[in-house]
This record gives sequence, structure tokens and C-alpha cells, in this order.
Amino acid sequence: MTSDEAAVRARGLVVRRTGHVILDDLTFTIPGGRVTGLLGPSGCGKTTLLRALVGVQEITAGEATLLGLPAGHPKLRARVGYATQDPAVYTDLTLTENLRYFGTVLGLRGQALSAAVSTTIGSLDLAGLEKRLVSTFSGGQLARVGLAVALLGTPGLLMLDEPTVGLDPVLRRDLWAMFHRLAASGAALVVSSHVMDEAARCDHLLFMRDGRFLAQAPPAEILRSAGAADLEEAFLSLAAHPAGADHD
Amino acid sequence: MTNVLPTRKAAPAAVSARLLTPALTAATARRVLAQLQHDARTVALLLAVPSVLMILLRYVLDNPIALNRFAPSYIGVFPFVIMFIVAAITTQRERARGTLERLMAMPLGKLDLLAGYALAFGLVACVQVALVLLISLAWLGVTLPGSFIPLAVVAVLDAILGMALGLFASAFARSEFQAVQFMPAFVLPQALLCGLVVPRDHMTPVLRWLSDVLPLSYAVDAMQRIAASAAWTAALTGDVAVIAAFTAAALIGGALTLRRRTR
Repeated sequence: MTSDEAAVRARGLVVRRTGHVILDDLTFTIPGGRVTGLLGPSGCGKTTLLRALVGVQEITAGEATLLGLPAGHPKLRARVGYATQDPAVYTDLTLTENLRYFGTVLGLRGQALSAAVSTTIGSLDLAGLEKRLVSTFSGGQLARVGLAVALLGTPGLLMLDEPTVGLDPVLRRDLWAMFHRLAASGAALVVSSHVMDEAARCDHLLFMRDGRFLAQAPPAEILRSAGAADLEEAFLSLAAHPAGADHD
Repeated sequence: MTNVLPTRKAAPAAVSARLLTPALTAATARRVLAQLQHDARTVALLLAVPSVLMILLRYVLDNPIALNRFAPSYIGVFPFVIMFIVAAITTQRERARGTLERLMAMPLGKLDLLAGYALAFGLVACVQVALVLLISLAWLGVTLPGSFIPLAVVAVLDAILGMALGLFASAFARSEFQAVQFMPAFVLPQALLCGLVVPRDHMTPVLRWLSDVLPLSYAVDAMQRIAASAAWTAALTGDVAVIAAFTAAALIGGALTLRRRTR
């Protein structure tokens, strides 16, 4: 995959659940080889958008393609890494048992599996915890186990739902550095967050509110067009005057 | 922008190429067994409870003739009940913790998951039944007209049936609390109608008909035939076929209730 190609393209994406419009006609692209921040208050539809793209949420209307395939295509299951907000791992297994099982499911076997497991443990700073039950992990460690599973198959596209919430600043800095390393190696990352100071760390931004995008552009461009000093101010001014902000 | 794009109803190529991948089924079974292995108390309960109940039955009946008549049926029923509840709770937990959704977003077949569970719990059922048989035959003095092998085979099938029904029932539970309630709701009516309390021939037509469509009735019928005769009869084969069919139907039903996408 060349890094300039769009990893995700969506047109007129709508998700309606029990009569409520959760995603309201979203048209966007997510660039390959970049870290895209999906920023917005909690409840604005970030998780639903990620779930729709990953293929676990039914799309009501519109279309989305990931790495050239429609969202939910079986071939995408091994190529898209997804980390949910609550780390969906087996707390009654050890770290290694978790990673080996999910790695096997992703199609890794033998040497490749062992290598992927030890690389992921190293890059998420979980070394020394291999044989411990995940139920004994701290919140921050647990969150990283969830991330580790998403990283296992070295996916071309990574969807990370609030991956840095509740982590200490040093760890957060290290994770962001890792996100950019992964992007530099060609992967596309979508990182959702409700914390605005994470926005500046992204290459590309999707500002979201009430199921719609307020803006989609690199941070510098958003600052310039909103005439704001920082991204939080830009978000607030875009939220106050949403008309014209959504460029097609 | 007005929405002129067609709504996508049928997911394109939503069916995975292979329904079952042996390596993934085996990995799932190993994973379930590893979870059990870290939970010594659950293993102890799984293995010991049917045996303890048999010991209790021995002293409640306190009569060798009655024991020989009823013990085989209970050897089929106790593992069935325990496997039902364990399977229902385990899969409900898998849903509640989000691991099911994660697996459904990964290249794992639905049948890989269910067959993995069936394999793991099937192995546990074998140990469970071996223990209860050993205690019943060697210590409690239960005697059979023939070999113990038909009894062992049918008891393991009953346990697997309980597991399959538990997996299926858990799809309808929104919480672990509901999943626990399914035990009395699904299992106790079957226990009342399966011929343990009152022989099925003595039931009113409506109850008899109900009893005929419930799987546990065939499990108990089979055990009663084994207790009555040393020969493996055609009727016994019929019962075993019905048990196997219910197990397969419950597993397929379980696979159909596993959804890759929520609406």
C-alpha cells in the first residue's frame, strides 16, 4: 500500500439505531500512512463510526471502503486492527495466552506467532508480565493489552477507540511515538479521543459533533481556516458556526 | 447533500470462505481449557458436583433396587444440568466483556467458536462422567445388566447436549443474571417431564406430547434402556440419534444467533 492512497473512503454514511440518527451523512477519506484523530465529545458517534468501519455495526445508508474493500468484507478481518474502548480481552488468561490465541485467530502460526507476540509485548512495554493473569493488571496495563491485540497481525489499518484514556503522561507520549512509527511504516491509524490536547499530535483531524463532522483537515489547516490560536478554540468556534465548515 | 446512494441491505460476500478451520477450533478449545485451568474452584465444582449428588442419591434412596433403577438416569441428568449452566454463563461473559465482538471482527468462523467450546466442554464432560461412573459403580454399588460403556457414551452425549443448549440459550440472555435464570426456566421443566418424576407413559396426552419434544426425555429414555437390558437395541440407537440431532440443532442455532454486526 502506498502511503498517499486513502485507506478509508466513505460517502453519505448513515447509521440509524432504534430511530435515532447516530451518524448523519458522513463523507470523508482517511489517508494512508498518517495518524488521523477522530475528535469530539463523548456520545457524538465516534465509537459508532469506528464500529461501522470495522464492520460490526450495520450501515443504514451510504458506503464505506477500507483498503479498497467494502466495510465488513471478510478479507478485512485480518487486515484491520480494532481496539475497543474497554479492552476486550480474557482477564482469566495470562498475557501470553491472550496474545497467542488472538494471534492464531489472525492466522499467525509457529515462529511468526511467537515473534509477533514478543514484538508486541516489547512495543507496548508489557515485558515481565507475560505469565501473569490479565485480571491482576492495572488499568493502564489492561488498556495496553487491548491495544496489543489490535497490533498483533501488523494490520494495514488500525482503529483505536480512545487508546490513551487514563494512561500516565510518559506512557501516552510513548504510545503516540509508536502510532507515528506505525504510520511511517505505511499503516493508517484512526485514533479517537475526547481530549482536545491529543488533536495536535495527529497528522489529520476529523472533528465530530452530534453525528456530523465540523471539520476534516490537517491541524494547521483547521487552525488557519478557523482563525484560532489552538485546536480547542477552533473546535469551539466551529461548533458555534458549523455552516460552511464542512467542505465537500 | 441529499442521500441518493442505495441502501446496502445484504452485506456483500458476508459468508466466509470456510465454515470451520480445524486450527482455529483447536485454538479456541485450548483457550477455553486454559481459562478453566486458571480457575481451580470451577474445575473442582464441575468435576465433583455430579459425583457428590450421586452419593447423596445413594443415601436418599437407601435401597439397592431403587438405586439400580434410578442411578443411570441421574448419571445422565446431573452432567446435563451442570454443563448447561456453565456453557450459558461462559458465553454470556464472552458477550458482556466484548471478546465476542472482537472475535467476530477477526477471521474466526462462528462454527470455529462453537465447535471449540463443544470440544473443550466435551473433554471436561468425559472426565466428569468418568468420575461419576467410577464412584457409582465401584463404591456406591450401582450394578448394570451389561457393560458400562453404553452408559458412559450416553452420559457424555447428554453433557454435550446440555452444553449445546446452554450455548444456544445464552444468546437470549442480556446479562449473567438472566443466563442463570435460564437454568430453572429451560432445565427444570424438562426434568419434570423427562420421566424421572412420573413415567412418561402415565402422563396426560398434552404433557406426554410436551415430553416428546424435549431433548432430556430421550436422554433419560436411553439411560433407562441401558439400566434395563444389556443389549444395545434399535430403540437406544433412536434415542442417541435424537440426542445428537438436538445437539447439532442447538449448535447451529447458536451459530445463527452469533451476529457479526449489530443493527
